[in-house]
Amino acid sequence: MKRLTWFNTTSLTLGFAFLYLPMIILVIYSFNASQLVTVWAGFSTKWYGELLRNEAFLDAAWVTLQVAVVSSTIATVLGTMAAYVLVRAGRFWGRTLFSGMIYAPLVMPEVITGLSLLLLFIGIGLDRGVLTIILAHTTFSMCFVSVVVSSRLVSFDRSLEEAALDLGCSPFQAFRLVTLPIIAPAVISGWLLAFTLSLDDLVIASFTAGPSATTLPIKIWSSIRLGVSPEINALSTILIGIVAVGVVTASLVSKRQLMRQDADEKAAVRAEA
Amino acid sequence: MPETKFAPWTDPNEKPLIQFRNVTKRFGTFTAIDDQSFDIYAKEFFALLGPSGCGKTTMMRMLAGFETPTEGTILLGGRDIAPIPPNKREVNMMFQSYALFPHLSVRDNIAFGLKRDKLPADRIAARVDEMLKLTRLEKFASRKPHQISGGQRQRVALARSLAKGPKLLLLDEPLGALDAKLRQDTQFELMDIQEKTGTTFVIVTHDQEEAMTVASRVAVMDDGRIVQIATPDEIYEAPNSAYVADFIGDVTLFSGTAMNRAPEAEPIQETAEAGTEAAPEEAENPETETVDTPKAVTDIGVPVEPEAPISGEPDAPEPARAEPAPAAAPAKAARGPQPNRMGLWLHDKLWAKVFGPRTDIVRQLPPPSDAERTLKSAETEPVSAETSRAPGGGITIDWAEGQPPLIALDGPEVKDGQQVQLALRPEKVGISKTKPDAVNALKGKVIDIAYLGNLSTYHVELENGMMIKAQLANTRRISRRDITWEDEVWVSWTGTAGVVLTS
Repeated sequence: MKRLTWFNTTSLTLGFAFLYLPMIILVIYSFNASQLVTVWAGFSTKWYGELLRNEAFLDAAWVTLQVAVVSSTIATVLGTMAAYVLVRAGRFWGRTLFSGMIYAPLVMPEVITGLSLLLLFIGIGLDRGVLTIILAHTTFSMCFVSVVVSSRLVSFDRSLEEAALDLGCSPFQAFRLVTLPIIAPAVISGWLLAFTLSLDDLVIASFTAGPSATTLPIKIWSSIRLGVSPEINALSTILIGIVAVGVVTASLVSKRQLMRQDADEKAAVRAEA
Repeated sequence: MPETKFAPWTDPNEKPLIQFRNVTKRFGTFTAIDDQSFDIYAKEFFALLGPSGCGKTTMMRMLAGFETPTEGTILLGGRDIAPIPPNKREVNMMFQSYALFPHLSVRDNIAFGLKRDKLPADRIAARVDEMLKLTRLEKFASRKPHQISGGQRQRVALARSLAKGPKLLLLDEPLGALDAKLRQDTQFELMDIQEKTGTTFVIVTHDQEEAMTVASRVAVMDDGRIVQIATPDEIYEAPNSAYVADFIGDVTLFSGTAMNRAPEAEPIQETAEAGTEAAPEEAENPETETVDTPKAVTDIGVPVEPEAPISGEPDAPEPARAEPAPAAAPAKAARGPQPNRMGLWLHDKLWAKVFGPRTDIVRQLPPPSDAERTLKSAETEPVSAETSRAPGGGITIDWAEGQPPLIALDGPEVKDGQQVQLALRPEKVGISKTKPDAVNALKGKVIDIAYLGNLSTYHVELENGMMIKAQLANTRRISRRDITWEDEVWVSWTGTAGVVLTS
């Protein structure tokens, strides 16, 4: 271990401060008793209570959750199918074009995606609401799922599927019983990625949301324009807490799994010797 | 013994399990399998052997159903299998990578195929237990594939592919991932299991030793074509081409021009010595179709002095003649002039029809005394019982300027002047410091010696620069190995040791 020199300590502190100072300030001010965001007036949790009584915020949170769960699930199904076909179907006419088109939305400016979707919905006469947000989010998060899943499928040993066919599976059974369980971690992380993308999307949602449905990011954004209220600080603190717990849990679980597998393999090697 | 020998391919009434009928497989413009037809019989252990890219794996994948032939048909038990998808075929495959399902335990891996057949749970459990016992995996039944060793994984893969009791089991380089020692044990285990279950096995391998060990028949492949299908001993001792001879084991190839030798003089066969000479030869190569060639030639009825073959080889190594044999002197004196080649040809083609067969004075050395015989066998230790006095028939091969032609007593029929190759296995070549009394003896210099423990291989450079390998078994622990680097030596082999190849 290298010693923490004066220089190292300083740069570490500055770096972390840069990353986390805004959030820390936000968390601290969420416990502010004062109505004014910039003036500290003692500790209080009253804004959390206020938040629970704020119907508009709760409605927006509910819509956001619905949209995120439904759109990421659809995007995962479609994205996995697309990845499977692109990796497995071999060389067919226009394959390069198709794979290019799958990945294009990754680099497409969100404003353009949002605008074109809005024009489409107006064109086909679809009323803007929860459904249109779900459709829009599915569209843009599908390609992320497809990227994650296809990178796993590329390294997937194809003879596993052939073995399943050989042992009497139909092609769909082979996918359900062998391929899917093995690529499940990639599919799950694809779903999580789609879920988070949907959760914090503001641009596309604001194009496709209607008066009947507002998502949380749109709600926060619009209330900020009227001035920052301590309620928003409280809401953000809750969101930060949920994310932190999720990240820590996920890393602990995967670390333990890795350690167990390592121990298993060592035991196998010992049994062999 | 021949009754118990397993050889359904020799029985014309036996129905083959698998028939390839003019099967061709193309990938785009590349031809992987080129118009092949052959049969595999039930209960066979059939090996497809060849270098990588020769099409052997394609052949196997067509049997499994992962590829379909571009042309031709494959019949399994008389039925065309082309329209049957892999999951409906009574064929199972053991994959090169084993392809064990990592998310399932050993038990569930083995049960996987049985569950697809919708068998009742107790029957599945019984069958899995049977398979676990067969492959000695009972202790590991609940482990996951990544929790067991490579050898155990290999056995799980075998158990899984055998569980459904397929008509045909395909093994794709099954032992490639195992180390040498484990591989040898597993080869015998595989043969054992094949015998116990009575399943037909088709194995794909590039390891000739593996193919020779396990298989009842070996198909040697090259570039999309099967070059030879035969039992391992036939493949080794009677390869049908230079490619097979070279691919299987070690070999020295001499290329040259063939010339038919004069047939054997009949009276010699009547003598005691000739009798002992001929017998080991016939015993040595009972399978080659050409054993009867000398006899067939003899039927023409032209007895010729065996010591003076018509091909005319004044400096051919014929040590018997040089041998001090006082009793031979009077017999030699009785010789009259011998017909030369043209005279003999004229006689056979023209005069024999008019004047009848030529009768020649029978000339031969008196049979050697016992003392002579023991002396001779002591001298020719590296060479087997055969003596230099080659029986008639066979061919001579002119292979290099200034070198005596080689004599091969059996082999396919060739025309005079035809280009042939003589394939010679190193273990059939003797090596000695003194000139041996052998049909073929060539002088050379030892360049390299490879001591392998059980064997020593000598690389000898002949006078014209050609390298030949001679192998001696080190049958004694303490012995004089008096041949060393740079020594002048004689390499020798019998008239039937080499295989004459015309392709």
